[in-house]
Amino acid sequence: MNLDKRKRELVKEFSPTLEHYSLKTKLWIGSLVAIILVGVYAFFVQLINGHIVTGMRDNVVWGIYIINFIFFVGISYSGAFISGILHFFKTPWKNSVSRIVELITVLSLLIGPIFILLCIGRLDRLHYIFLYPRIQSPITWDIIAIMTDLVGCFIYLYLTFIPDFAILRDNDDIKVSQWKKKLYRFLAMNYQDTKSQRERLHKITRTMSVMVIVLALVAYTVLAWIFSLTLQPGWNSTIFAPYFIVAGLYSGVGVIIIAMYATRKFFHLERHIRKVHFVAAGIVLLVLSLLFGYFTFSEYFARWFSHKSTDGQLLHTLFSGYFWEFIFANYIGVLIPIFILFFKKFRTIKSITFAAVIAVLGLWLNRFLIVVPTLETPYLPIQDTREAFVHYSATWVEYALSFAGIAAFCLLFTLLIKLVPIIPMSGIIDYEREQNKRKKLKGKNKNK
Amino acid sequence: MKDKKPTKNTTDRRNFLKLGLASTVTAVAGSSLVSCLASDEEGSAAHSHEQEKMRLLTPEGKIVEVDAKNINGYPEALITPKESRSGIPNRKFVMVIDLARCKNARKCVEGCQKAHKLDYNEEFMKVQLLQDNPDGSPYWFPKPCFHCDEPPCVTVCPTGATFKREDNIVLVDNDRCIGCKFCVTSCPYSARQFNWGHKAKFEDKSEPYSPETSVPAAEGTVMKCDFCPDMLREGKLPHCATSCPMGVIYFGDKNEDIVTNGEETVRFSTLIEERGGYRHLEHLGTKPNVYYLPAVNRQFPLERGFNVDEDIIERYKDVPYVQKLKKEGKI
Repeated sequence: MNLDKRKRELVKEFSPTLEHYSLKTKLWIGSLVAIILVGVYAFFVQLINGHIVTGMRDNVVWGIYIINFIFFVGISYSGAFISGILHFFKTPWKNSVSRIVELITVLSLLIGPIFILLCIGRLDRLHYIFLYPRIQSPITWDIIAIMTDLVGCFIYLYLTFIPDFAILRDNDDIKVSQWKKKLYRFLAMNYQDTKSQRERLHKITRTMSVMVIVLALVAYTVLAWIFSLTLQPGWNSTIFAPYFIVAGLYSGVGVIIIAMYATRKFFHLERHIRKVHFVAAGIVLLVLSLLFGYFTFSEYFARWFSHKSTDGQLLHTLFSGYFWEFIFANYIGVLIPIFILFFKKFRTIKSITFAAVIAVLGLWLNRFLIVVPTLETPYLPIQDTREAFVHYSATWVEYALSFAGIAAFCLLFTLLIKLVPIIPMSGIIDYEREQNKRKKLKGKNKNK
Repeated sequence: MKDKKPTKNTTDRRNFLKLGLASTVTAVAGSSLVSCLASDEEGSAAHSHEQEKMRLLTPEGKIVEVDAKNINGYPEALITPKESRSGIPNRKFVMVIDLARCKNARKCVEGCQKAHKLDYNEEFMKVQLLQDNPDGSPYWFPKPCFHCDEPPCVTVCPTGATFKREDNIVLVDNDRCIGCKFCVTSCPYSARQFNWGHKAKFEDKSEPYSPETSVPAAEGTVMKCDFCPDMLREGKLPHCATSCPMGVIYFGDKNEDIVTNGEETVRFSTLIEERGGYRHLEHLGTKPNVYYLPAVNRQFPLERGFNVDEDIIERYKDVPYVQKLKKEGKI
């Protein structure tokens, strides 16, 4: 009975976020929808007029769509990795952040592939991928890997939701509309939180937590291969897969910190998401920024030192046309987070979030520098091409769709935490149960 | 369903035409075959008495009378996308480009554009101005698709829209292409073009689409130099080779060990051996089927290549040599 009481308490604590849409929330959702609508308009402009409305041309055939794709899938990879580790090792303080991480994992994996679809010239023929599949194409590998990853991550996210759905179903106090109650009933899948059910669920979730790490690892490796398996001077690199993985982790942890900061501020979760969480995430970010810096340095240092003529041309493009982008992505984007996170006295919630923002922006630019300057520097110098085809600059359509992607990510995040509490209630209960057990054990030991 | 029937008929007709060509009789139809040639059987049967008749000679030497309506206006060598995948039997096509003779007259570019219905700004064949080292002398470098034996574009294509044939040719089937552009990024020679927007010429269905002609092109798909297999089937040279006034481009069959530029016919192996033939960027391992003869003993000074439109000269503005010439006020 004690358990039921605790559950009721928790529902009471979190129900305000589920029941009401404050004016602030409404405005937030409204503006996100507006951004998405602009993106939808841009999408139709592109669909009707063709890719001519983008900045992509014969030399730079992949633009910021593919950069967003790598970026979002990287965030998802990072989410899966962090969440898997937290879950598998039963990290004590994981509960406050685990749901944020899991939501980020699934949502970014939903948004990412949309960008690759925007990059495809003939969306009406998309099914040809399944009608005439050719297994030796890295794109086919990528499709298989990402679809498997998406299914895996979705199952994993759902598993972590089930106990909370059950709690919400069993509480009549909560004032939500009828359809939502029905939805809770349906999604709880008759979970009654009996001992055997709970143990089984824990076991499956634990297995899935390892599975998603592997699935995401495969998906992101294959994505890196799309670039590194070609002959292009800037891409054909053996370290690209691990480099992408580290980069994905780096940006993902950054996004997680930003999301932690935003939800904490917005829902007043100061009691749950505490400084200790930020410091822990900050230290992870520090380790990753060092690793990312190391990989970036290795990549460019080898190109510079051995100075093959094609590599030399690439570096020339980078340092002539993209000088400030390069400085921001690969110096500021790495060194500022390292500087902030290295010294203990700088590790405040705000400065850690600031470091995370710098890291995320820097990493996006780093992806940009991997894609665009490489395509502008092919083996055979770009000549005998009309002027407009030589350089890439994104158009409003591409920016509108990029922002729409980010807005869709935020919107889905907001809507999902309106459906289930951002802090897993079942996790709190599990944690308290563990604590009680330990206390009892200690008591017994003392008695002996 | 509507589309399927005529396609099938065309196939049958083409197979028949092959037979006809083999016996060196010009396109002639036998009455027994007329029914399967007809693009609209029932319609033609009902109104046959009003139709204009045509007398044709069968391969067997009989004269038959058929409805003129049943003879469609398709070119003889129309090859459907499916048929285009197998290639011309027993051929290994190869191109040799003699850099010593090229003066950037751009006739190959124009001839190709005309034949493939390309716009002024679309080139399957590009002419680059290369300089191998700072002391080396610059030279004009016509660059078609290299039709590699290890084509990276074919490897990465997720739907098999681009394919390698037995006769060495790499083609694009734009009916199959989804426009992912992976082939464009994977080609180390930048040989591919993409149709970014819609153009009126894509609608022109007067000639049915064939990967062998690359006409009509389609929006959102890839295209590139195709070695003109439609010409090769007729025993003619590709358009770039025939339109070059200098005889720069030799084309031929490796199996027969013969290449020709339309004026002189030479042994491929001797040409490569004696003139130091090479393939561009050999170290990439793509095994191109386009060979180059080095630009030694030139027939024209390089500057002749600047006798072109102003906007074409502008395309070479990033070349160090051109910048030097501009500084000296020679262009």
